[in-house]
Amino acid sequence: MKRKNLIQKFWNYFLLFVTFIVVVFVLGIIIYVIIKGWPALSWEFITQKPAAGMREGGIFPAILGTLYLIIGTIIFSLPIGIFAAIYLNEYASKNRLTRIIRLSIVNVSGVPSVVFGLFGLGFFVIFLNFGKSILAGSLTLALLILPVIITATEEALKTVPNSYRQASLALGATKWQTITKITLPQALPGIITGSVIGIGRAAGETAPIIFTVAAFSQPNLPNSIFSQVMALPYHLFVLATQLPNAPEDMQWGTALVLLIMVLFFATIGTVVRTRSRLRRVNL
Amino acid sequence: MKNNIKIQTRNYGFYYGNTKVLADIDMDILKNSTTAIIGPSGCGKSTFIRTFNRMNDLIVNAKVAGEIKIDGIDIYKDNIDVVDLRKKVGMVFQRPNPFPKTIYENIVYGPRLHKRCTKQQLDNIVEVSLKKSALWDEVKNKLRGSAMELSGGQQQRLCIARVLAVDPEIILMDEPASSLDPISTQRIEDLIDELKENYTIIIVTHNMQQAARVSQKTAFLLTENIGEPAKLIEYDNTDKIFTNPSDKRTENYITGRFG
Repeated sequence: MKRKNLIQKFWNYFLLFVTFIVVVFVLGIIIYVIIKGWPALSWEFITQKPAAGMREGGIFPAILGTLYLIIGTIIFSLPIGIFAAIYLNEYASKNRLTRIIRLSIVNVSGVPSVVFGLFGLGFFVIFLNFGKSILAGSLTLALLILPVIITATEEALKTVPNSYRQASLALGATKWQTITKITLPQALPGIITGSVIGIGRAAGETAPIIFTVAAFSQPNLPNSIFSQVMALPYHLFVLATQLPNAPEDMQWGTALVLLIMVLFFATIGTVVRTRSRLRRVNL
Repeated sequence: MKNNIKIQTRNYGFYYGNTKVLADIDMDILKNSTTAIIGPSGCGKSTFIRTFNRMNDLIVNAKVAGEIKIDGIDIYKDNIDVVDLRKKVGMVFQRPNPFPKTIYENIVYGPRLHKRCTKQQLDNIVEVSLKKSALWDEVKNKLRGSAMELSGGQQQRLCIARVLAVDPEIILMDEPASSLDPISTQRIEDLIDELKENYTIIIVTHNMQQAARVSQKTAFLLTENIGEPAKLIEYDNTDKIFTNPSDKRTENYITGRFG
């Protein structure tokens, strides 16, 4: 009895300790970036174009570029990902074909992002002749995060009890009405969470955009979806490794801005999710 | 007498894949009355009543044989619109399954699917349906509150109201009181008694007393040997089934000798 209690206590603290390590590292990274990047942050830094060979001035074109890429990625990946998940979970019969589709999706999420970049270059940039552009970059990033969105949406749809679907169908709703009025609204919080994770990942990816959209230096703001743009992850890479004597605080400032943008999107996701969850509980 | 028949089954059989689970059921179900389906667990009672609103269509590999006619029309003919059928044949499930929405939203869900309604019409449907299901007095002040906060018995009456709102002619009930306490069960039984004046009710129940209390006709289904399909052993007036059944197997079952 005593020994059991001791073992119980040990694992209790051990698990707490491991969890603590994770938190320390995450917080550590964030705090480090804030401390190092804070001095660089200024109104000028986030609203001005780079100057003096990118060693001075701001990073506004890169911020805007990343923003456009995020929006483009959302436009392409969300509808396709959600519709595909609806098909897989609500319509597809459980046969070999469905299993192969699922397996492919899981495997696609294991493909290194640099391979996606190469594919984007070959297919979107060259074959479809989009050139290095916001369009090609967004499509490549969308492909990259599709598995995340499909998997998350499917998981969310699975959590909706079948009894709701049955009740709806028994009242004379069609399958599609049941999906739009009952199943999807119920699954929304989970879908949002998954999408935010995916989009956060897309925003920070460097390899795919080097091939398909990112410019070393493009101070002019984009004027169409076929424009090449600067983007924060690649700009950070350039400042850190490709540009001799680039001021260090500009690198950390860029990293901090990227972090803030991703956190901003995550926050929007959290707010929407909490509100839809609250509505579910209260209504 | 003929005009009183609402549902007719002839040589009805049901298959899961190649396994026949129900066979040779011939039944005439009377209009505006309650028909109870009794029988041991797993004999296919639920499967049987789910035929009438074609909820079995959702099961892959399920197959129906024979004829099922509602108002003289075979509901498994190709030109039958399942949506219309389910409007006409409502269903109450074993466990209360209100949508996680407001009480009001739960009730207007069905009507809104089928036609455009003004707010006034919807308000009216909500009030009438809740009154019919004897829930109005308990919830009239919290129509905008969550249906999930009601008690189990109230939730089940809400589910009945939700079915009534679509204005069905037939109501299928699959052990509607099996998850409820005795008082809630009593209220559901009283409700069934009132509703049968205007609706044709088919209720599956495990509870022999319940079948005796609420129904006018009772059907007894039984799988005699494992691996064989269940059959309709006896179908007669409830009084007769419970006092003087003509089949020995029915008598054994209702007197609790097996099942």
